[in-house]
Amino acid sequence: MARMNIVEAVNDALRLELERDERVILLGEDIGRNGGVFRATNGLLAQFGERRVVDTPLAESAIVGAAVGMAARGLRPVAEIQFLGFIYEAMDQLAAQTARLRFRSAGRFTAPLVVRAPYGGGVRTPELHADSLEGLFLHSPGLKVVMPSTPYDAKGLLIAAIRDPDPVLFLEPMKLYRAFRQEVPQEDYTLEIGKASIVQEGTDVTIITWGAAALTVKKVAQDWQGTHGVSIEVIDLRTIVPLDSQTILSSVEKTERVLIVHEAVKSGGVGAEISALINEQAIYSLEAPVLRVTGYDTPYPVPMIEDDWLPNEDRIAKGIEELLAH
Amino acid sequence: MWLEPDDIMVDTFSVLDEKGRLHGEEPHIEAHQIIEMYKWMLLIRLFDERAVKMQRQGRLGTYAPVSGQEAAQVGSAYALRKQDWIFPSYREIGAALVHGMPLSQLFLYPMGHLAGASPPEGVNVFSQQIIIAAQSLHAMGSAWASKYLEKDEVSVAYVGDGATSQGDFHEALNFAAVQRLPIIFFVQNNQWAISVPVSKQTASRTLAQKALAYGISGIRVDGNDLLAVYRVMQEAIRRARQGKPVLVEAVTYRLGAHTTADDPTRYRQQSELENWQAKDPIRRMKSYLMHKKLWNEELEEKEVRRLEQEIAESFKQAEETPRSRLQEAFDHVYETLPPSLKEQKDSLG
Repeated sequence: MARMNIVEAVNDALRLELERDERVILLGEDIGRNGGVFRATNGLLAQFGERRVVDTPLAESAIVGAAVGMAARGLRPVAEIQFLGFIYEAMDQLAAQTARLRFRSAGRFTAPLVVRAPYGGGVRTPELHADSLEGLFLHSPGLKVVMPSTPYDAKGLLIAAIRDPDPVLFLEPMKLYRAFRQEVPQEDYTLEIGKASIVQEGTDVTIITWGAAALTVKKVAQDWQGTHGVSIEVIDLRTIVPLDSQTILSSVEKTERVLIVHEAVKSGGVGAEISALINEQAIYSLEAPVLRVTGYDTPYPVPMIEDDWLPNEDRIAKGIEELLAH
Repeated sequence: MWLEPDDIMVDTFSVLDEKGRLHGEEPHIEAHQIIEMYKWMLLIRLFDERAVKMQRQGRLGTYAPVSGQEAAQVGSAYALRKQDWIFPSYREIGAALVHGMPLSQLFLYPMGHLAGASPPEGVNVFSQQIIIAAQSLHAMGSAWASKYLEKDEVSVAYVGDGATSQGDFHEALNFAAVQRLPIIFFVQNNQWAISVPVSKQTASRTLAQKALAYGISGIRVDGNDLLAVYRVMQEAIRRARQGKPVLVEAVTYRLGAHTTADDPTRYRQQSELENWQAKDPIRRMKSYLMHKKLWNEELEEKEVRRLEQEIAESFKQAEETPRSRLQEAFDHVYETLPPSLKEQKDSLG
């Protein structure tokens, strides 16, 4: 075991897969000599050389499009998009090309690639660096979307993503990159994509969250247990597509109260989808309406107000109070 | 020093003139190869006419005619080796056929089958692209894979003049040049992107000269001159195999509509069409072959009959292909059906 933070866990996963599988190739902007703007690929150029760790020209669509061509021809490319907010440049290549290659070729061609991208608020970035855009890709059948929030999950899920036969969008919460360390096995291991984790068991309220919001949720849940005696179950989805509806529904049946917390804008996103799922399959278990604490339906705001815009501890606490009032 | 557009002079390479008369050197291509290529062109023209007819009868959905571009497609694809890869757009049935696509498979896409864009194993043709220029990037990635795996293969991105305006086209050329990939960007400049003429597509006098900005070589060829295209492509392949990407502009013309849903009389003059009909690549080749005593009307009639029968049989085969079923739409979304999708599939009963 080694104590790692998320960015070290990502680096470790990439290194192990580059060592294990000659077909793995890393592409991205500034990932070579610079080691990535967050140092996620630190040291990999030195260890594996320019053939395997490639500083590409600055063009997101081509990074993803190249990965599609490579993957279709038998390689296992892992592309880094420097910030998820830049993914709009590659929207066709990711949502229209990568996602549907297997489908439109009736299985003749596949795109087993990974696109990694940091995202998430609270770090005072310039515009279009912090947006949580997972909802866009919930609407892109053929893609898997993985959003870990701990070093252990990040390593196991990234290795699983690289070995997955389908394309995976792997989103890394930049505020959590160095937020804490955790014991992580030094050897390679995989975690199942599509499996949520119950990070805290409880009986009164279920909070469903993922990625960047998860750390704040866990803190609030622990505080409430201690100070208010409310037993909160926290589900960290870890994977958005495919969604682990089983874990969600079992918890809803147990606690009968559900709060969904995510950083993305409120409407039409993953939170709305989970709420609809509960509505369709577990509505008679509910003692209160399913509530959401999320970003607002504005563009991601400027640094001066982002802490108020994000689902912070106060807003999550209010959500719990409202649920319990029913 | 200012760079001026007029600094660049681009000639158009050709072997035959518009009447099919040799000007300049003999191309040194075996007679049987020339005849074989000519037969491919005939097949494509006949296929195209048949497909449009079938669409009018309601037996085929939207179809993108290729007539007029036979020389560009046959001359380029015929020069490839089996292990090379092509990344076609939706108007590349000619190149796809020459590179090994079965005729009947080409009917499946416009018929609306789920497997319409699924070339058989062993045929190195990528699923035809719908989004303009998107395949340039896949070809580039494929060429990169060939280089990475040290395989002697080239990848060819087939695009049109409209595609050269897209960001993906630019990005693909740029990446390919930086990485020194075995790739050929084969641009068929057929003068029209639906209703927009090439003069409104770019202020460049030629598309070939764009190669220079990427630091690679380019060439402009008469795309209706089969022998010229073939010769150019042979040289392009030679360069690409050395890790030198090439941009080829084949100047040609789309004689038909953009698709069967398009009416070209809304945007182009009859006189222009007639002007290009006079430069028809098949007629030109035929007169060359007849002049060389390699072909005659009797052979032509016999070949046309044979090809029409082949097309009719493949159309029949395509029509007899079992209809796609909604249940099958779930089969190739992911390798393994996730639970939520399985639920949706199961709900179909």
